[in-house]
Amino acid sequence: MKRLGLIINPIAGMGGPVGLKGTDGRATYEEALRRGAVPRAEQRAREVLPALAEHGDDLQILTCTGSMGETVVSRAGLRYRLVLDHPKKELSTGEDTIRAARLMLQEGIDLLLFAGGDGTARDVCEGIGTSVPALGIPAGVKIHSGVFAVNPERAGEIARTFLFGGARGRTQEMEVMDIDEDAFRADRVQARLYGYLAVPWDRGRVQGAKAGSAASENLSQQAVAENIVENMSSERIYILAPGTTVREVARRLGVEKTLLGVDAVKSGKLLARDLNEMDLLDLVQRNPCTIVVSPIGGQGYIFGRGNQQISPRVIQAAGKENILVAATPHKLASLAGRPLLVDTGNAELDRRLQGPWPIVTGYHEKSMYPVTY
Amino acid sequence: MGMNMQTRLRDFHQARWDEPIIYELSKPGERGVLVPEFDGEEVDVRVPEGMQRSGEVNLPEMGQMRVLRHFLRLSQENLGADLNIDVGQGTCTMKYSPKINEQLAANPKVAELHPYQDESTVQGLLRMIHETDLCLREISGMDRFSLQQGGGSHALLAIASIVRKWVDSRGESDTRDEIITTIFSHPSNAAVSKLKGFKVITIYPAEDGRPDIEALKAAVSKRTAALLITNPEDIGIYNSKIKEFTEIVHEAGGICSYDQANLNGIMGLTRAREAGFDLCFFNLHKTFSAPHGCGGPGGGVVGATEELAEFLPVPLVSCDEKEERYYLDYDVPNSIGKVKDFYGVVPVILKAYAWIRSLGAEGLLEAAKVAVLNNNYLFKKILEIPGCTAPYAEGELRVEQVRYSWEPMTRETGITTGDIQNRMFDFGVHYWTSHEPWVVPEPFTIEPTESYSKDELDEFVAILKHVAEEARTDPETLKTAPHRSTIHHIDHDYLDDPSKWAMTWRAYKKKFDGYFEPKK
Repeated sequence: MKRLGLIINPIAGMGGPVGLKGTDGRATYEEALRRGAVPRAEQRAREVLPALAEHGDDLQILTCTGSMGETVVSRAGLRYRLVLDHPKKELSTGEDTIRAARLMLQEGIDLLLFAGGDGTARDVCEGIGTSVPALGIPAGVKIHSGVFAVNPERAGEIARTFLFGGARGRTQEMEVMDIDEDAFRADRVQARLYGYLAVPWDRGRVQGAKAGSAASENLSQQAVAENIVENMSSERIYILAPGTTVREVARRLGVEKTLLGVDAVKSGKLLARDLNEMDLLDLVQRNPCTIVVSPIGGQGYIFGRGNQQISPRVIQAAGKENILVAATPHKLASLAGRPLLVDTGNAELDRRLQGPWPIVTGYHEKSMYPVTY
Repeated sequence: MGMNMQTRLRDFHQARWDEPIIYELSKPGERGVLVPEFDGEEVDVRVPEGMQRSGEVNLPEMGQMRVLRHFLRLSQENLGADLNIDVGQGTCTMKYSPKINEQLAANPKVAELHPYQDESTVQGLLRMIHETDLCLREISGMDRFSLQQGGGSHALLAIASIVRKWVDSRGESDTRDEIITTIFSHPSNAAVSKLKGFKVITIYPAEDGRPDIEALKAAVSKRTAALLITNPEDIGIYNSKIKEFTEIVHEAGGICSYDQANLNGIMGLTRAREAGFDLCFFNLHKTFSAPHGCGGPGGGVVGATEELAEFLPVPLVSCDEKEERYYLDYDVPNSIGKVKDFYGVVPVILKAYAWIRSLGAEGLLEAAKVAVLNNNYLFKKILEIPGCTAPYAEGELRVEQVRYSWEPMTRETGITTGDIQNRMFDFGVHYWTSHEPWVVPEPFTIEPTESYSKDELDEFVAILKHVAEEARTDPETLKTAPHRSTIHHIDHDYLDDPSKWAMTWRAYKKKFDGYFEPKK
């Protein structure tokens, strides 16, 4: 018997069609309703369930009342139990998602499916972190996080394979990103990295057929890390940006890296953690430094998404030649030929960062890959 | 009964024998041949202690008829160039190997030669190898060839060894330690470089699909030992700046090796010499019609300019023109040494020699032209299938192969190139996706060569078109395919996870019980 958690953020995605670029917060939701928005997350979640129907006898679903899951699951005729009795008339909130996720974690589940967008992913991340595998059904306006399947049907297939597919069942840590909705509405993108979820490995999303397993992706990260560590000079300070590939560098050094922050190491020892822009500027101006970054999120940004502490001033003070970009070959392949991107907030600097860059892609392996803005 | 000539779809079904591994069939004491009791004089053979076997050798024990059935059953579970329209294995160049050449190679005059025979008794064979060398020189513009290597990656390994020796001989071992290649060159170029201790820099394509020359300029330095590059690359687009590439590397003091494993599209049209290369190699089993075997034995012949010929493997085959004598030539001053025993893979060299001689210069050029024509015919037909594209260099013709993408179809239907691959087997054809990493999303690579008729190409397209339609009308059939093949789904976890690999039966028994059940 497998246990699957299902949380639907019923208002997710409503802001998009009426031009609101997000539906976070009660005021925005009411504005969306006023503009004639209709709920869509339940419909998206419904499309997931056919893939699981054939295993109905071996499956128990843990979910929440009404539009947060119950309605969809009961209509599909699947067995379920409620963990969260949310008053039907009330608007569900991010708090409900966090609470439901935690309750499911306590009761024990094999996988948590949630329908929503980046905001919902953040709540799930806050609720369970990487302690239980989770997968997003894309239903929100903002989908910058790497934790979503490409569509609901695919989410169903991934869940089926993960739960019932024999030997499979590996996960990969994927980024939970979200942007400031107010800024986004003003057409400024300020994405932040909020954490990671343990997402079932989906061959189709990152790579097809014979390569691209969670195991080989991690081996690639280790190879990249080994290369960077081997070339480290004891004279220099290495500034480690967020990202799973850079985290592998810290792991190789035996240093505990902050999950989302920028840390500094020298001679294999941790020098400082979670540095802000001023700290970094100070460090870079006083010492020879190398900044180690990796692309964050699905779009392939190396600056300006999730690592804004490394500001234009910091980049300029360090110098382009002292920036080390690390990415696995699969990460580059997932860009499908698109270049890596920079969005430092300084157009002149972005222009100067343009061109082919040496990217560390493995042990004694580099790729010359285009960077643009 | 026969296939429906309107739809061109066969009611195919592959044999499925559910045949066990030969070790599982073994019965202690069962024998294929009962060897007579030995009653002669014992010979004292001293095997050094470290090389002595401690126990009995573990070989399967089986009677002749069971062995025969075992292997014939396995052979029925195969698809090869002689059975299917083998255009789906792009980059591999699966062309027709004329059967007359098989007969020549099987002739006892060749097959029963012994590698230790005195040179004076194998003059014909040595002459054949020497003349193949002369033909290859003409085809490439290089000055000398080694025909020893048994395959493409073997040839590349010899080339990387030459680069290593060349760098070392100049006292630059520590300072010239980088090799540049491209993402659409065969991945073995990068692999052999690393094996010989070089760091690898991979160039990605510019927007037109050709390797980015600006990226090359940024990558080249005093550390550059060599450029190892394919052209046309695996996506079938000819890099017309190839001479500039070699010039840029030469200026930095590096040497250039042309991966021409597959010369099929440019044979007789362009040569490595004119493109400025110092080294090149051909796969006899791709371009020169010798069969691929099952991953070998093949032939990867390495050519070098006069300056680098002194690094080629020994022995070369030379001709003493005064005495009209052919001989194994070990006088190669800076040779990387031996790469293979004896003469190389003689039957493969012989088949290639026969093919070259039977076609002549005009025939080789004609083969290349037909291969390009066939490819562009398929190119047009395949792009008419909704959901299929060919990224890069839109509107330009291709050379001998095309890397297509199902990305639009995958976005629309969720059906991937892997699903299509599984379904193609149901119609009796092979279909390969592409080398990793998949820079072209949801890729497949088709290479028709000159061997296939228009009817056969039409049949292949009809199957591809039918399967693409199924993605929209009957996706379940696709996702659960193959339905009429020997094996249905295999679990990729066992391929993806090195800790689960078992290359031999012994390794398998160490890790697993029964059918891939982890050992407790």
